[in-house]
Amino acid sequence: MMKVTAKRSDRNLILQLHGELDHHAAKEAMMELDRYLDVALPIFTELDFGGVTFMDSSGIAVILRLYKRMQNLNGSMKVTHVPPQAMRVLKAASIGSVVRIEEEEVKA
Amino acid sequence: MKAQNMMQIDFLSKSSNEGFARVAVAGFAAQLDPTLEEIGDIKTAVSEAVTNAIVHAYPNEIGKIRIKAKLYENRILELVIRDWGIGIENIAQAREPMFTTGGEERSGMGFTIMESFMDVLKVKSIPGKGTTVTMKREIAVRGDEV
Repeated sequence: MMKVTAKRSDRNLILQLHGELDHHAAKEAMMELDRYLDVALPIFTELDFGGVTFMDSSGIAVILRLYKRMQNLNGSMKVTHVPPQAMRVLKAASIGSVVRIEEEEVKA
Repeated sequence: MKAQNMMQIDFLSKSSNEGFARVAVAGFAAQLDPTLEEIGDIKTAVSEAVTNAIVHAYPNEIGKIRIKAKLYENRILELVIRDWGIGIENIAQAREPMFTTGGEERSGMGFTIMESFMDVLKVKSIPGKGTTVTMKREIAVRGDEV
């Protein structure tokens, strides 16, 4: 199950994902992201992966869709707080060459 | 080589079973005391293979998916994910990065991720009969070093 929450200030949007992002969750997550984008029309979107407990290649499709939508809005985006398991998937797919990715800070 | 332990599960090709399938395999693999990274890799590979079966093998119906997991003496976990769906006409093409016949919620990276997370990936398919994906991963012995 996946939940999406949002924070907004002016036309900056933070979208926070919570839960497991697999094929089962991806379609619903995409529709949620679309709804937030349609309302906020952001020029900058942060996709916060801090609450993602598992991600497979479905997450790549979600990121790329958001990337395309932000391009259409002449805006930009970054992905933040990516946990280690999801980061390995993003690295295997070399997604960092397309979208700005920030890893979760490792707690000492 | 003889397997030391084995488990098998059959389940329906419903997307709500994706989470169950990867957790079941992770639970079976846990007896080798894998690291979090190894468990993450195995769960991800299972998720990709099962999703492929759900989306591509049975596009218009609900069918059966079987996972057989074996543990061998040399700490090798073997996973066989099988379906009786429509099969893959062109396996080489299906394995190419970014290739997908799925909708825009698919990325075409499933086989690429299985390949990079597992030591061995074999795909056999007969159109009209089904597909068998075999993956192997050695679970490292954890050292005592701090």
